Amino acid sequence: MLHKGKHLLAIGLTSLAATAAQAKTELTMYYPVSVGGPLTKVVDGMIDQFEKQNPEIDVSAIYAGNYNDARVKALAALKGGQSTQLSVMAAIDVHELKDLDAIVAFDDIVETDEERQWLNSFYPALMENSQVDGTTYGIPFQRSTIVMYYNKDAFRDAGLDPEQPPRSWDELVSMGQKLVKKDSNGQVERWGAMIPSTGYPYWMFGALAKQNGEVLMNSAGNETYFNKPGTVEALQYWSDLGSKYKIMPQGTIEWGTLRQNFLEQKTAIMWHSTGNLTAVKKNADFDFGVAMMPAHQQLGSPTGGGNFYIFKESTQEERRAAMKLVRFMTSPEQAANWSIATGYMGVSPAAYETPELKAYVKSFPPAAVARDQLEYATAELATHQAGRVRKLLDDAIQSVLNGQAEPKAALDAAQNQAKRILSRY
Amino acid sequence: MNRLSWLHAWLMLLPALAMLLAFTHIPTLTTVWHSLFFPERGGAPAEFAGLDNYRMMLDDTVFWQALSNNLWYALGTVPTSIALALAMALWVNSKISGRTALRLAYFTPTMLPMIAVANIWLFFYSPEIGLFNKVLALFGHPGINWLGDSDWALPSLMLMTVWKEAGFFMIFYLAALQSLSRDLYDAAALEGAGRWHTFRRLTWPLLMPTTLFVLVNAILNAFKLVDHLFILTKGGPNNASNLLLYYIYENAFSFFDSNYAATLTVVMLALLILLALLQFGVLERRIHYR
Repeated sequence: MLHKGKHLLAIGLTSLAATAAQAKTELTMYYPVSVGGPLTKVVDGMIDQFEKQNPEIDVSAIYAGNYNDARVKALAALKGGQSTQLSVMAAIDVHELKDLDAIVAFDDIVETDEERQWLNSFYPALMENSQVDGTTYGIPFQRSTIVMYYNKDAFRDAGLDPEQPPRSWDELVSMGQKLVKKDSNGQVERWGAMIPSTGYPYWMFGALAKQNGEVLMNSAGNETYFNKPGTVEALQYWSDLGSKYKIMPQGTIEWGTLRQNFLEQKTAIMWHSTGNLTAVKKNADFDFGVAMMPAHQQLGSPTGGGNFYIFKESTQEERRAAMKLVRFMTSPEQAANWSIATGYMGVSPAAYETPELKAYVKSFPPAAVARDQLEYATAELATHQAGRVRKLLDDAIQSVLNGQAEPKAALDAAQNQAKRILSRY
Repeated sequence: MNRLSWLHAWLMLLPALAMLLAFTHIPTLTTVWHSLFFPERGGAPAEFAGLDNYRMMLDDTVFWQALSNNLWYALGTVPTSIALALAMALWVNSKISGRTALRLAYFTPTMLPMIAVANIWLFFYSPEIGLFNKVLALFGHPGINWLGDSDWALPSLMLMTVWKEAGFFMIFYLAALQSLSRDLYDAAALEGAGRWHTFRRLTWPLLMPTTLFVLVNAILNAFKLVDHLFILTKGGPNNASNLLLYYIYENAFSFFDSNYAATLTVVMLALLILLALLQFGVLERRIHYR
């Protein structure tokens, strides 16, 4: 009898322990970092703060390399049966993640009106890559636009007004030509401008196309417009910067070393992600400015960067906990901290109303350029079979910049192949 | 008794065999199997494709470019790194002062992780701030856009690979050189053979087993080492430096088309098997094993 009682007690205790363990929801998330700086520490700090406020949720945040790596790792973890409830992945992965049936819409997780309101609290331009057919699949987190960094000292040196960066394509050329500095042997010591063309050429090209009044695809992601006359003209202009106007080196320009080029004053202007802002600010030993990229028909930049996604393979409880985490990470206060630490934009208008970010923008106006540019922003190239389609455009751009093909022919070929790939969607 | 020892032998082989089966042979067969299907879409079962993936491959210009790049890459890196390895081994095998330091120096590139090395070389190659163009500038050369020019991207990769590999192969040559009998050299000296003659008639033939081993490894590496591409060029510009295995990775993990990746893998495997047969078949007969 006594023996039996002990046994029951043991069972009781075990199940009690089990419920206690269950009560703590465990979340695993992967996230990428694709710009410089110790951003993993910043993320860890935010997660710690979240766990302190929400002791019932246990988060392990795993840094997973660049966007491609993060996607591969998250999907591999899912395939391997390891529980992963949410991840930060490229905003443009949305169509493919949907095709793989991997993600769940936030509209299906929100319960209250207040939560539905929250879905509408972000900048609409950032939601273009986050929604499909009006349903929200991604929540903006580390989002960026391309901005123009310029070296004010170089502008002074060239006899230009440092407060008047180029505002049109023509001005970029004329100012760029003045900014090119050659040594006594005629070798270029400082280039006028650099637009990176490795890694994410399609992204930079999205800016040029938009500035010429064109977009690269439809929002359903099943049609591309690579060979519209305006788009061809945009590629011609990009290629001319190097081959005709000689303000940019010919061939492709490496994304990874461009910031260093700018910091070492080898180029007076660079187009780069606003995610580099804080790193440039910390390391530049010259006076620099940040401006919107120049316009041709209009101003324009694609948005870029990463969104939070919640995976389908999760319990309702985990989804709710994951959403709580996402809400925390994208809340105005955290978005403000994140923006100050990195240069990525505050994802909601409310973030720019926080005292921290307000003060920061006041003391460092370049921090607001990305936000101001949102008004002219368009979606980043996102389609079904995104990897393939992107590569078609990337290859076309690089072949033109290397003088292997004419813009029209290269973009026609890319468009035809993209059309074939997308025909079944 | 005889049967028992058979059983014993098989039992001893079993662990290794199980590993080989699980991690080499079965995956190879499933790869072939996968290459015969279309990719799954949204939960629907995969559709049988027959040889359609292979037909698609024959029409795929990027595949052909990656293949030809890879052959050039092998041709450019294998003989050079072997020759360099042998030269370095001969040198550090001779009695010179500071040879331990020299051996270490030659071996250092091998010890460093490829990704770390590539990150450093990325800056070496950078046109404006890089080491190489700074050196060229001393001679009044305007500099080269190493990784950004389609004519230079692949040779740039080759250069780094040779630097990375030669030290590794040197170790094998060095070990082989040290095991050669002094008597033969004394005899050669007695016969009045010159240095070149000694090398050609004595050292080189005796090193042939090592050369075959190194050659097989070097050729394999030319096809399977692509870590640096992720950092340096990502196969660009416009596939000028794309290699077969990197293209397989792109298909599997950027395009989510594991079936087409499997197709390419089958082709690459066939190519490697062919090369290995060729090497063993042709060279084996000409090698003198003691």
